[in-house]
Amino acid sequence: MPKSNLIRNDAIATDEWALVTLPAGEEAVRKQAGKVVLFKLTGEVTHTQEQIDATNIPATGKVLIPLAVWLARKEQLADRLAKGEIGIWLATHEVLESLTEALPDLNTLPLIAVFVERFADGRIFSIGNLLRTRYEYKNELRAFGDVLRDQLFFLKRCGYDSYLIRADRSAEEALASLKDFSQPYQGAVDINQPVWRRVNRGAP
Amino acid sequence: MYKYDEIDQAIVNERVAQYRDQVRRYLAGELSDDEFRPLRLQNGLYIQRHAPMLRIAVPYGTLASYQLRKLGDIAKHYDKGYGHFTTRTNMQLNWPKLEETPDILAELASVQMHAIQTSGNCIRNITTDQFAGIAPDEVIDPRAIAEIIRQWSTFHPEFALLPRKFKIAVSGSKHDRAVVQVHDIGLEFYLDSHNKVAVKVWVGGGLGRTPILGQVIREHLEWQHILTYCESIVRVYNMHGRRDNSFKARIKILVKALGVEEFRKQVEADWANIKDSPNTITEAELTRVSQYFTAMPYETLPAHDASYDKALATNPAFAAWAKRCVHPHKKAGYRAITLSLKPHGKPPGDATTEQMHLIADLADHYSFGEIRVTHEQNLVLTDVKLSEMFSVWEIARANGLATPNIGLLTDIICCPGGDFCSLANAKSIPIAEAIQMQFDNLDYLHEIGDIELNISGCMNACGHHHVGHIGILGVDKDGSEWYQVSIGGKQGNDASLGTVIGPSFAAEEMPGVVQRLIEVYIARRTPEELFIDTVRRIGVEPFKSHVYAKDAAQEVSHA
Repeated sequence: MPKSNLIRNDAIATDEWALVTLPAGEEAVRKQAGKVVLFKLTGEVTHTQEQIDATNIPATGKVLIPLAVWLARKEQLADRLAKGEIGIWLATHEVLESLTEALPDLNTLPLIAVFVERFADGRIFSIGNLLRTRYEYKNELRAFGDVLRDQLFFLKRCGYDSYLIRADRSAEEALASLKDFSQPYQGAVDINQPVWRRVNRGAP
Repeated sequence: MYKYDEIDQAIVNERVAQYRDQVRRYLAGELSDDEFRPLRLQNGLYIQRHAPMLRIAVPYGTLASYQLRKLGDIAKHYDKGYGHFTTRTNMQLNWPKLEETPDILAELASVQMHAIQTSGNCIRNITTDQFAGIAPDEVIDPRAIAEIIRQWSTFHPEFALLPRKFKIAVSGSKHDRAVVQVHDIGLEFYLDSHNKVAVKVWVGGGLGRTPILGQVIREHLEWQHILTYCESIVRVYNMHGRRDNSFKARIKILVKALGVEEFRKQVEADWANIKDSPNTITEAELTRVSQYFTAMPYETLPAHDASYDKALATNPAFAAWAKRCVHPHKKAGYRAITLSLKPHGKPPGDATTEQMHLIADLADHYSFGEIRVTHEQNLVLTDVKLSEMFSVWEIARANGLATPNIGLLTDIICCPGGDFCSLANAKSIPIAEAIQMQFDNLDYLHEIGDIELNISGCMNACGHHHVGHIGILGVDKDGSEWYQVSIGGKQGNDASLGTVIGPSFAAEEMPGVVQRLIEVYIARRTPEELFIDTVRRIGVEPFKSHVYAKDAAQEVSHA
């Protein structure tokens, strides 16, 4: 069995979830100001109904389903959701509210995962924050895709507790980056108090 | 000024270790160029034409003498013996070695300094008024708030990879010297009708390719809510700013596309969820941080000093300097002085190691050991006694730091340009030098009076050319360097953006073009009218027609 590249709760863990993806569609190369567009706009729809219908979901076990597929086929998946076999993933350009409006209690999901196509896409941080604070999601929150060690500390502070490190990189080595800083300044998701509320800093 | 405690020190130390490991992994081939780029940029490291460029943070432009001395040492040991002060009040080294940048950071950390977030798509150095704490027109000393924002924005986890760079300025005086209207967020402090400190929040200003003045998103915000309100603004931007096109990725484009009302609605909706959350600033925290910025131990002095008055009356060179480089002070018997980094014929904003050391000594002897960097790229000593002014001037003059040109035509704001910067379309420093030499006549400069000339080597506008009374922009036309000229830009409370006067010019034409603009002003001005006032009154046309007149070039060449 290949070595797991999943970090969960600050340790290497085995991944119990089968990732379900949409069948490949046609993706036209777009250009803006002469350069290839690397990031999709927030709210941009990138899949077709045909792709959703053709998505193959394994009949048993824990499955991590694309948000668009779940929205279209949720009745069919309701029993498995009740059994705790359904996790949902969305990409950073997808509108988070389409999930939260369709599923008022996010905590019926044991896993939400956010796909970041390029590590430099900082929307993943705000999505984590919103899921944990505004939408009060408590269960596993995973980052996957172009997940690299130099962003781990930020991801952790934004509420992620699970990271599938990009396959060509070492998850073992990445663990160290979760501890890059010992006492961050500002309140965020993991430690919501700013440092001056946590520590008596004194004065000159 | 602010001093690090063990928490601040731990953060910069841990940063050095983190960055050192990132450089190691990059050199070992474990990080690709694309992966390393945002990491090095967020540490101020650019890969430039000749060598990397390292931008060192000077938070809100305040330096202690020991820090400036260290910057001088670093410039000598790791570079070619000089540094360049920028319009974001930072200092740049033009020739460091990539392999040595972790060591430079370690040296900086030893004097409570760093290069964190001086570039990259994140919240950049917070800027404010260079006369904070001593300006007679100050309503609120903005430094404590600037420091609180600095800490909040440092490694802010949610805003580490924004669509584009993000700049915040804070102003606490009646006359805005922080240019809040050309920032992504501008925070303007004032006392409200109940005499309580309040903040007017500007959003969506910026220069660059698409210059836009900011709009007011909130007229009245209680100061306690600054961080959470900024958090909501940046969050809406982070989620919806355009990442598909880096030329359209700044918040100003989003605000413009949505309209400020819709943008405000989204921000307020987010803020409703986080208002009063733990990042709300407490009275106790503001008081604590403010204790680092209390008044200096001033002596009680008379408002006038006989020796100073005598020197003004008898020494014209000193008087000329005092007229331009000495600024009012809250405290009787004290003045602030600007040390000009714009001697004629040298790169604007550069200081040598020797000059940095000398200025540090001057600060220790005459100004409580503190120095300010201005966004006009000069250095300021904030607290000099009138009785010691003449001594300071003599030393400054002997070291090339007393050119009496502050606020005059040769006090040019200028980016490093094509000599150093790989983004530049054209050189900017030689243009500045040529203009300075064209106007190398102090009497004439004084006669022209207050005027701001800004030069940027490309549309990224590091030289803030849009808000120069005269703005010069380097442009590339079929691989050769040309210069586009605009007039009528202005910073301050009544900020405006300049208007391009017409087709661009070759480098060698530029001193003559500026000369002709000045000729129109001299001919058409009313008594007491500054260049910018004349432009606003008579419009661009008279300037344009004189500059482009067929015989104008001949007139000048025969002059």
